[in-house]
Amino acid sequence: MSQSEYLEVFIDESQEHLQTLNDNLMKLEKEPADISIVGEIFRSAHTLKGMGATMGFEDLAHLTHNMENVLDLIRNEQLEVTSHVMDVVFESVDDLEEMVVDISNGGDGSRDVQEAVKKLEALQHGEKAADPQTEAAAAVEAAPAPENTGSVQEDYDEYERTVLTQSKEQGYYPYKIEIVLDEQTMLKAARVYMVFEVLEQVGDIIKSTPPADDLEDENFEFAFVITVISSVEKEELEKRVMKVSEIASVTIEEVDVTFQEKRPASKTEEASPAPAAADQAKKKEPKSKKQDKKEETPKKGNELNKTIRVNIDRLDVLMNLFEELVIDRGRLEQISSDLDNSELSETVERMSRISGDLQEIILNMRMMPVDQVFNRFPRMVRSLSKELGKQVNLEITGAETELDRTIIDEIGDPLVHLIRNSIDHGVEEPHVREAAGKPAQGTVQLRAYHSGNHVFIEIEDDGAGIDQDKIIKKALDNGVVTEDDIEKMSDQQIFGLMFSSGFSTAEEITDISGRGVGLDVVRSTFETLGGSVTVDSEFGQGSLFSVQLPLTLSIIDVMLVEVGEEKYGVPLTAIVETAIVSKEEVYSAHNQKVIDFRGNVIPLVFLNDIFQVPDHEREAETEYYSLVIVSKGDKIAGLVVDSLIGQHDVVLKSLGNYLTNVFAISGATILGDGQVALILDSNALIK
Amino acid sequence: MAVETAEGYVKVIVFQLKEEEYAIEVDHVQSIERMQSVTRIPGVEAYIIGVMNLRGVITPVIDLRKRFGIESQSYDEATRILVLKKDNNEIGFIVDGANDVMDIAESRIEPTPEVVGGVAEEYLRGVVKLDDRLFTLLHIDKILNKNEEKRSGA
Repeated sequence: MSQSEYLEVFIDESQEHLQTLNDNLMKLEKEPADISIVGEIFRSAHTLKGMGATMGFEDLAHLTHNMENVLDLIRNEQLEVTSHVMDVVFESVDDLEEMVVDISNGGDGSRDVQEAVKKLEALQHGEKAADPQTEAAAAVEAAPAPENTGSVQEDYDEYERTVLTQSKEQGYYPYKIEIVLDEQTMLKAARVYMVFEVLEQVGDIIKSTPPADDLEDENFEFAFVITVISSVEKEELEKRVMKVSEIASVTIEEVDVTFQEKRPASKTEEASPAPAAADQAKKKEPKSKKQDKKEETPKKGNELNKTIRVNIDRLDVLMNLFEELVIDRGRLEQISSDLDNSELSETVERMSRISGDLQEIILNMRMMPVDQVFNRFPRMVRSLSKELGKQVNLEITGAETELDRTIIDEIGDPLVHLIRNSIDHGVEEPHVREAAGKPAQGTVQLRAYHSGNHVFIEIEDDGAGIDQDKIIKKALDNGVVTEDDIEKMSDQQIFGLMFSSGFSTAEEITDISGRGVGLDVVRSTFETLGGSVTVDSEFGQGSLFSVQLPLTLSIIDVMLVEVGEEKYGVPLTAIVETAIVSKEEVYSAHNQKVIDFRGNVIPLVFLNDIFQVPDHEREAETEYYSLVIVSKGDKIAGLVVDSLIGQHDVVLKSLGNYLTNVFAISGATILGDGQVALILDSNALIK
Repeated sequence: MAVETAEGYVKVIVFQLKEEEYAIEVDHVQSIERMQSVTRIPGVEAYIIGVMNLRGVITPVIDLRKRFGIESQSYDEATRILVLKKDNNEIGFIVDGANDVMDIAESRIEPTPEVVGGVAEEYLRGVVKLDDRLFTLLHIDKILNKNEEKRSGA
């Protein structure tokens, strides 16, 4: 069987399910009382088990199965969610992750799961003090038992009753068959299908509970009820059904078609199908909950089905080709406006519109939410804080912020390092925190947000903060800087020393962080990506690591402006608005020109000064300044230019390796007339 | 002049700066362009006069006269931009003119005289005397290495 083509899908989906497991386990730990979460966890585990078994990864299926048992106990409130239970389950998930990693690396996914399984079994037994048999029985009981008590008594609607009555009259036997699948069953839907097939050979299926759709989706425990009319004897029917393997028990009873007398009582609720359905849903609470959850997630499933995988290289080629096209488009636009031929300009306009749409699609193809990276952090923080005996709460905001795929792929490890750093060196032990008048539980905030052409990722802890003196001492000891250097440095720069190679502030080297090789690697990784990282800290109050990353939107919208003879592009994402102010509205505050802009005093940045534009006549004839108001985070400033040319889509090109770190210039672009215009990095202009 | 570069020969492009003739290995030369419009880049070394659009690639342009400390002159019809490529970096060098390709026997490359008008020694690979002409052979690696430039330029 050619499994290879399914393997990738399997790996992808497994990872997704593992992530869901992790997420929900974390949620469960926070709210142990919320049993609905368990349902979701159970569902993920179950799907994983099914997939693993189908693909022949026995260990994976085996372990998941045991995990499922424990989860089942939790769900049935027979096992309390304790820290120990969570630890064991988390460990199993770790094992599962390892297996999936092994499989994705071409391994066979085998792994010694004895220990994990033993622990899981101990949980099952420990709490219940019973052997697996009773446990299995309990599970069986959990679902079908209520049926015996009558609460899941099959309700037949009028039509079904008529059919049943008539069939009885015609000499057929209406049976209600209750089938309980073996608990070890991997592919329940397949078994159900086989049972249906067997029954259809000898009779007609009138009804099934849960409905056939749910059965197909494995939306049931192990038991289901089928109502069938058949001419064969009860025993014969039972024999046939039992031929299907992995069936634990079959209970067949003849339906009492004389239920007329019951009718008045149930009449009202059967009058319309809706209440009946609601009624049914109520009876099978665990099931219906699962269904609710399912409704929340099907989007995910559909997306998966509609996805095709494309090599990122191909997307790069596509992007490059498109960039060429955009340059030519610019040229065409220019030509058409010069020629002033209405047919030509109509065509060019149309082409521009289409390529604009195309551009958006191509760019979006490469964007992914940072959640891809963030989602593994809660688990990491949990195990790390346990290991270190600290209490840490990780708050994530802005996980939906999107970044180019290539960047997403790279930032994982350095971010892990920064977070570890915050927990290891930042957040203090609970008793230290309490002594300092802080809550015992430390908080690490992980934030991502867009600002201008950049995405910022910030890691802030409310821990001990960074001791500047210690850094200075260390830096001096390690010969990173000299005393003279220190004198001239700002606080930020001193904190920045931590990113120098050969630097570690941890007094003791732990295996979590503090090998002294980390932070400089972190910095260089971000810098290779065209980003930067800064630290700010208040001793005793906490630290803030701020990472700035480019969006790498290689095609960007800019406002072209003119300064003297030169043209510059200001990324539209950084622009708040443009304005023209009279020179009389400009004030001077400590030699800094400012204006009152909508109630805020904002500084003016004269581009001709900053860029030393040659032959620029400052006191030009005009009475007004043209301003481009730009923002960086919540800070804004006004860039003074000579004139605003207009908005253009341009291809952002790098200045190359030769010209690195040109102040306030993030790149260049080729305009429609073939000229090169520089693109401003307005973030550098705002302090 | 040999048709092919024989063993022990280097093929060079000869260009002028002021009255002197310089040579650079042809392998490094991507193309020779006429002078074209260059966009100034603010806040960089004076000899980097800006960037140009070289068939869709943003290419930095260096004025070799300024780089070597020779007094500037306005660009004219003869002015050329030598586009060199090294490790995927394309860089244009503005020279007064470039019009000769020659084969030079390695054996004829002599060490640079101790002092050559203003140019830091490390950029020079040697000098070649051929008939009545003297060429200064440039060291391409060193010229493209910006750190080196900065150090010596400081």
